[in-house]
Amino acid sequence: MLYYLQDVIDGVLMGSIYGLLALGLTLIFGVLKVINFAHGSFLMLGMYVAYWTVSLTGLHPYLSLILVVPAMFLFGYGFQKALVQPIFKAESDVREPITVIIVTTGVWYILDNLALLLFGPDYRALTPNPLKGKMLELGEIFISLPKLYGCISALVTAGALTWFLRATRTGRAIRAVSLDREAASLMGISQWRIFAVAMGIGTSIAGISGVALTPFYNVYPTVGVPFDVKCFVIVVLGGLGSIPGAMLGGVIIGLVESLGPVFMTATWTEAIVYGLFLLFLFVKPSGLFGVKYDW
Amino acid sequence: MPLLEISNIDVSYGDVQVIYDLSLNVNEGEVVSIIGGNGAGKSSLLKTISGLLKPSAGRIRFQDEDVQGAAPEDIVERGLIHVPEGRRLFSLMSVRDNLEVGAHSRRARAHRERTLREVHAMFPRLLERSDQLAMTLSGGEQQMVAIGRGLMAMPRLLMLDEPSLGLAPILIKEIFRNVRKIAESGTTVLLVEQDVRHSLELSNRGYVLEHGRIAMEGSAKELMDNPHIKTAYLGI
Repeated sequence: MLYYLQDVIDGVLMGSIYGLLALGLTLIFGVLKVINFAHGSFLMLGMYVAYWTVSLTGLHPYLSLILVVPAMFLFGYGFQKALVQPIFKAESDVREPITVIIVTTGVWYILDNLALLLFGPDYRALTPNPLKGKMLELGEIFISLPKLYGCISALVTAGALTWFLRATRTGRAIRAVSLDREAASLMGISQWRIFAVAMGIGTSIAGISGVALTPFYNVYPTVGVPFDVKCFVIVVLGGLGSIPGAMLGGVIIGLVESLGPVFMTATWTEAIVYGLFLLFLFVKPSGLFGVKYDW
Repeated sequence: MPLLEISNIDVSYGDVQVIYDLSLNVNEGEVVSIIGGNGAGKSSLLKTISGLLKPSAGRIRFQDEDVQGAAPEDIVERGLIHVPEGRRLFSLMSVRDNLEVGAHSRRARAHRERTLREVHAMFPRLLERSDQLAMTLSGGEQQMVAIGRGLMAMPRLLMLDEPSLGLAPILIKEIFRNVRKIAESGTTVLLVEQDVRHSLELSNRGYVLEHGRIAMEGSAKELMDNPHIKTAYLGI
């Protein structure tokens, strides 16, 4: 029994970090209505920024947030303005220009290979890392401290994002644009500014995930790839654009990954993850918390 | 000098031209109606004024400044406010948030608490329903939110696109009564309607739009007495 409990805890903790990353993706999807396939590469970028900040300055890993969050926000904002916005303008007669998917996939490949070129293929472990191998012992259960902190940062970020969207002027404008772009522009909201702000926030959330991961996860140029695909599954599972959906979807995937190998060969877990994805597409395409009708 | 002055605009959706060489003006303090059947180009005209569509020719001047080709948010900032056809509320947002978003512009934001009280005084129902999602309201209430949201922007000129659309007769009366109240409080109103009788009754002047062209214009009284309008629009 304890054996399962250990796996459940591991699954929930890791899953909540998946959920954190998915939060950024679901926000971007909710506003732009197109998936950003470079999201995993943004995570990779955030991890490298965190890694280099810590190794060059010796800061505590979590203090690297001070640099990672604004840097990733600006990167996302600039990415939207320079690469995605021109596509939206050129294809102004469609709501979700498919070309964006191709462009973001291109950015994914360029960023990953740029990282390979600049930093080499090495798997880099964070140094100095005061959290390395730190465990919380509760009887026979071991809880990884950096994963626990990652889970807490996921909950705090989800709470802060919810508050921001509900209670601030920009947050309300983001919701308005995601519901009806044309009506929002009649309220005096610039959809281009809102798109860029949403992309900036989504990207800085990828950065926060990076900071949460680096203390226990190696950094390498293609580190984003497995996360990117999982994240897309989570967003669909939870409901596109839903914050609780992203968190819950993340935990479900985390649990499948940690409990799967207990019952079957580990390679099957991937099959279960994608099986779940397909099942949802067939049975409930709007996801757990998605709205049934199209906004 | 008119508040809004449109001269000789052409508007197209791609290859399809919907407005031809149209000129019109609205003076400060007036209520002006634009009437016409389905597909006459009424909504396209309002969309062009509010910057959602760009005219391919002609000029649009508001408060003596060119606004054709300006971004919708800049036009809103000047106080030229468009309440779109079909209400277009933010369905998954509360009534209060819908109204708040109406006061997004810099100019309106500073006064939003006072404006909100005024909107609640005009539509007490909206105060009761503050926390309800807009999609759960009845058609009449939704129209109140749409108009209230427009008022939150502190319009100098309020453009209403078919506020009576899809409403029961008793609600239509109420909506028109409120439009009259808005006009009496000093807001200039440009009203687009298919309900010709009600809209001309509260207007000073009117334009008849047919096939994207102004077919007729005059005082509301002249238009109501016109035999063509009587047969084509009033069914007398």
